[in-house]
Order: sequence, then structure tokens, then C-alpha cells
Amino acid sequence: MAQMTMIEAIREAHDVAMEADERVVVFGEDVGFFGGVFRCTAGLQEKYGKSRCFDAPINESGIVGTAIGMAAFGLKPVIEIQFADYVYPAYDQIVSEAARLRHRSNGDFTCPIVIRMPTGGGIFGGQTHSQSPEAIFTHVSGLKVVIPSNPRDAKGLLLAAIEDPDPVIFLEPKRLYNGPFDGHHNKPIESWKKHPQGEVPEGKQIVPLGKAHIQKEGSDVTVLAYGTMVYVAEAAAAETGVDAEVIDLRTLMPLDLDTIVDSVKKTGRCVVVHEATRTSGFGAELMSLVQEACFYHLEAPMVRVTGWDTPYPHAQEWEYFPGPVRVGEALRKVMED
Amino acid sequence: MTEAVKPLSLNVPEPGCRPGDTPDFSDFEIPRAGAVAQPDVDVDPDDIRDLAFSIVRVLNKEGDAVGDWAGSLSVDELRAGLRHMLTLRTFDARMQNAQRQGKTSFYMQHLGEEAVSCAFARALQPGDMNFPTYRQAGLLIASEYPMLTMMNQIYSNAEDPLAGRQLPIMYSSKEHGFFSISGNLGTQFVQSVGWAMASAISGDTKIATGWIGDGSTAESDFHAAMVFASTYKAPVVLNIVNNQWAISTFQGIARGGVGTFAARGHGFGIASLRVDGNDYLAVHAVAKWAAKRAREGHGPTLIEHVTYRAGGHSTSDDPSAYRSKSEAAAWPLGDPIERLKQHLIKIGEWSEDRHAQAEVEILDGVISVQKEAEAIGTLAGGKAPSPRDMFEGVYETMPPHLIRQRQEAGF
Ligand SMILES: Cc1ncc(C[n+]2csc(CCOP(=O)(O)OP(=O)(O)O)c2C)c(N)n1
Repeated sequence: MAQMTMIEAIREAHDVAMEADERVVVFGEDVGFFGGVFRCTAGLQEKYGKSRCFDAPINESGIVGTAIGMAAFGLKPVIEIQFADYVYPAYDQIVSEAARLRHRSNGDFTCPIVIRMPTGGGIFGGQTHSQSPEAIFTHVSGLKVVIPSNPRDAKGLLLAAIEDPDPVIFLEPKRLYNGPFDGHHNKPIESWKKHPQGEVPEGKQIVPLGKAHIQKEGSDVTVLAYGTMVYVAEAAAAETGVDAEVIDLRTLMPLDLDTIVDSVKKTGRCVVVHEATRTSGFGAELMSLVQEACFYHLEAPMVRVTGWDTPYPHAQEWEYFPGPVRVGEALRKVMED
Repeated sequence: MTEAVKPLSLNVPEPGCRPGDTPDFSDFEIPRAGAVAQPDVDVDPDDIRDLAFSIVRVLNKEGDAVGDWAGSLSVDELRAGLRHMLTLRTFDARMQNAQRQGKTSFYMQHLGEEAVSCAFARALQPGDMNFPTYRQAGLLIASEYPMLTMMNQIYSNAEDPLAGRQLPIMYSSKEHGFFSISGNLGTQFVQSVGWAMASAISGDTKIATGWIGDGSTAESDFHAAMVFASTYKAPVVLNIVNNQWAISTFQGIARGGVGTFAARGHGFGIASLRVDGNDYLAVHAVAKWAAKRAREGHGPTLIEHVTYRAGGHSTSDDPSAYRSKSEAAAWPLGDPIERLKQHLIKIGEWSEDRHAQAEVEILDGVISVQKEAEAIGTLAGGKAPSPRDMFEGVYETMPPHLIRQRQEAGF
């Protein structure tokens, strides 16, 4: 096992997949010679040649559209959207085309593509470098949605996504790329410092899609989180002393409902945390599912802690996304009820 | 019967020069200054097809202004132009440094491209609307927008007119003809056409300008803008700033192996030309021509400004990782400030001494504004906008759920 950052782990997943299967091709804005603005694809062009790893014109709809065409031919494109905020021009290709191809052609054509994109805030990226669009994609039938929280999962889940026969939206929390990152802030989260890198198994170690991970066991309350918020939830539990069971969902679609339900039945309480805007966010789905499955086991109303329903602000981001203080308040609230 | 054929292979364009290589611009055809004639503003786009493959230039190597396109500016205006470019360059250097000191999160400079926006601004009239990208702060500087306000925006302090909501340098000023910048590339190009169409629908006299980078011309919105501009003969000037690079990606990835960016206008019947973007006089003359054309109802013009991004893409970028360090120095169209300075000296209206003195004065001026801005606050400290501001202005009237969220947030 080697110690690596999430960026290195993602790079290695590409390498392992490209080495094993020559149908895997990688492209996107700046991903070729330079290796991507976050360097997730650095070295791949040199190793695998320009026709397997190359720079794309700045046209997200074109990037996804050509990837769909390549998949129809029999390749396995892994494409990078430079920031999740720039996926919207490709929305139609993803939603109306990639997601439905298998269903509408009755399996004649399929779309095994992976659409990677850095997501989330905390780096002072302002409105167009900070958004968390997961709910937009979980709402679309035919897509899978993955979001890792550590280097080992990033590698294993990306390998699983590349092997997957259907289109996968792979969201990479950019605040975790180089280890949990406190931006330019003077308000770091203490517990993050434990995780600048992580142990990552060598070779083709797959982390299956659709399986959550119990990040921290506990008996008082279940906290459902993913991406950066896993660490925020842990920090909140540590600071409040509430014995929370923190579940890292890892895959939002398909969702590991069994792990969630078992946990909530055990603790009787549930807090949901995400940094995306609240209304119609993925938290709403989680609360519905828990309510449907665990109503009679709940000892207190569920609480969600989310970003606000405003465009992502540049200067007030620490007030925008949930931090340990807000999550801690939610933990106390469900414990009091 | 199937014929036996060779296996296919993918063409991926490559720039001429990478780190470690010696830059070579010998393939880059540069017409002599003055060589391109100036057509009438009502010219049929078909009759100037060759202008999309040439380059309008006014200043020659000796510093003389030559040809049809010369003479669009008085000596005083030229000196003002030099001052604007020097101001923008100084402003950039100070703000770039402020970012390194943690006073702001991010900055994007214009090094080497100052002539494009500074000269263009002087060809427009009050009330016209620019739809700029993040690399046209010269439009503000050259139209005397308060520098203090620009810095307040960059510092996201309590006097930031955008209340800390926007990324630094994403200015917005309706009054100064500067449409709010979006970080999403290309989106504003087509909006500029819509604004121009509205002016025509309303029987107004104002025109619009759209701005886009070479890399971003690949976006679908670029093509949407051209369709609408050509169909409705919108009174718009569509500007492509070809500074050779889109982050690490050279312009050939957006352009393909043939033609020029300007030539894309041909398929749409749009008057299309290229201009030496490092020649203040040429940019001004072409901008004035295109603006007149739009204002007189002859329709859109597509201008490719041929220039070079001498600095990094942004403060997050290190260009030495993907291009030769000596490429900027080898760029054959020179430095816009140096060229205008030489011209003014050549015609006896400027001197090295006056230039040195102007540089000192401008630096002093920028520093004193910077002190004023920093006394209010920077991203690192001082007076900040209230977090309450992030809930304001999402809608005209704050809906109940946002009021609840604002209270929940404690503001
Ligand atoms: C829709 C969208 N896709 C990707 C990006 C990321 N991005 C920001 S700037 C840039 C390069 C733009 O290059 P160019 O258009 O040539 O303008 P320049 O920066 O050279 O002035 C890219 C890819 C973005 N901002 N918006």
C-alpha cells in the first residue's frame, strides 16, 4: 500500500484502467499534455499516446456527445469536465442521450462512459467553481452518481465506474484533492489534519458502486454524509461528544439503503448533511427514504444541514456550507427531542 | 466487396513549441503595416473575405503609423491610450501581488493584451454595452471607472459593489457599459447579440459588443451568437481575443488545422477581419469602423484580435509547465505599450523621460488607491460584507423560505 493524495489516487486509477484495457480513452479540457488543471491525468498522454489521452476543445456538450459516440463504437471514454459548474452546457447530452441510450434502444446501444468533475466549495471559487450538482443527476433515470471522500475510495470507485456498463457521474470534492483543505481560511477543521493522504492499495482494487461505508460507529444518532461533509460530520461528533454513527454514502445512485436503514433502526435518530443548496437537494430524498423505512423507529424528527438556497457566494463561503458548528447544533437538537 | 484500406488514426493538433523547445513563429504570416486597405463601412461581407485571413496593422517596425487605418486618434488620445495601458499593467501587477499576499483569493491579468480592451473602449459611446470576458478590465480603466471600486470588488470588502458574491475581477457596471461577467465561458457572446437585437427592436441607437477567447470559440454559444447575429443583422461587434492559449491548450485545438478564427464569420455572411491586437492604433481603427458599421445598420462584424497572453492564465496557473519560457519574448507582434510609446516618441510627442515619469506617477496613483481599498478591508481582514448579503438579491423580494434560512444562519 502506498500513501497518496486523492489526485494521485485518481491518476493511478486511470493508469490501471488504461493499462488493462485499451478501449479506455481519456479526454477533456487541458487533460492531455498538461494533465488537467488539477493534474489528475498527468503523465497519461506520455504513457498511452495522444489518441488515448488528449486535449478537447472547450465545448462540454461536444465532449460528452463525442464520448457517447465513442461508447457506441465500443470504447470506454473517461472524460473530465474541468469544474462541475461547467457541466450544464452538456446537460442535454447527459440527460436526454447518455442516460437513456440503453433503455430506448433496448440494449442495442449502451453508454459505458465516466464523466468526472471536481465539485463543491471551500476554495474561494465563487459562483462558478463551487457548486454541488449531485441532485440534478440523481434525479435522472439511467445515471449512476458517485462521490468519494478519501484516496482509497477515489481509486477503487473510479475503477468500478470505468468497469460499469452504464454512464457514471463521478464527482470529486476538490477540497479533498490534496487532503482535506481549509482553503485560504483561518478556520481549519482540526480532525481534517489526520487525512492529508491515505493508504491506497496497489493495482486493480475495486470499491464496488452502491455500497456505503461506516466511517465511524456510534449509537446515538446516524449522520448521513458524503464527500467533504464526512469530515465535517466527524468533527461535529467529536466537538459535541454525541456518539454519532457517521455513514459515508460514497454512491448516491444506486444508494445503499440497507446500511442506512440498519443504522437508523439502531440509533433512532438521523441527521443529513450536504453542502449543496437545500431545496430539492439529495437530503430531501434521503429523508423521504428514511421516513418510509424507519418511521416507527425514529425517536426525534430528522434534521438536515445544507448549503443555503442562494447562489454560491465568494466571500461568505464559510457561512454558506455546513461546518462543524452547524452540524453540531443539529446533533444536539436531535438528541434533545 | 470491401476494399482493403489502411487503419485510420486520430489527428490531435500540437503547438509548434513546448517547454524546452525554441519558439519559432516563422510560419506566422504577418502582413506589412498599412498593407490592408480600409473598406467602406457598408461593404458587402463577401467583398472583404480576404480580410479574415490578413491582419490589419497600423504601426510599423519603425514606429510610424501608416496606411488607410491610421489617423483615427489625436495625439492627446494616443497619450491617454498609453496612460490607460500603463495603468492597467500597473494595476495588474499590484493585484497579482495582493493575491500572493493573501489579500484576495484570485486574480487574472492582461499582460501583453492591454491594447485590445483599452483601445476598443475608446471607439464606443456612452450607453453601448460590452459583454466582456474576465480579460477586458481595460474597458473599465479606459472609460474611467473608479479604480477604488475595482479593488473593493477584488478584495470582497464592505464596499464591494457586488457584496462579496462574485469571484474577484468579475466586475459589473451597467452605467459603464460593462455587463456582469459569468465564469461560464461563451455564455455572454450570444447575450450580446440579444442586447443588440433589442436595441434594433426598440429603434434605439446603441450597439453591443460581445467578447470571447480563442479557446472559448469552441463553445456552442459562440455558434449560436453567429447564427442570430447574421440572421437579424444585429448591431453588434463580436470580438474574439486570440491570445494563442486557453490555459494549457494552444489555439489550434479550438481552431483545427486550417483557416482563422475570423474566417468562421464567412459561413454566416458576417463581415470578418483580423487585427494586430498589440497595435493600439489598429485595434482602435478597426473597432471604430465596426462600431460605425453596426450603428449605421449594416450589421455585425466579427473581429479576431491577434495577440499573445504573456502572463499566466490566472494566479492558479504556471505556464512554464506547458509552453516555452521564451515564447512571449519571441512573439512577433511585440509589446503593445512599448509600440505605442515608440510611436509617440517618433512623432516627437513623448520621450523616455516623460515615460519614466508617467510610470512613477501611475504607480503612485495605483498604490494610493490600493491603500484606500485596503483601509476598508481585504479578503484577509478588515470590513467585510455581511453574510446577510448572500440572501439578498436572489429574488427581488425575499421569499419566506430564504427569510427562514437567513434567520437560521443567524443573520
Ligand atoms: C463553460 C466553461 N468551461 C470551462 C471553463 C474553465 N476555463 C476557464 S478559462 C478557460 C480557458 C479559456 O481560454 P480562452 O477562451 O482562450 O480565453 P483566455 O483565458 O485565453 O483569455 C477554461 C477552459 C469555464 N470557465 N467555463
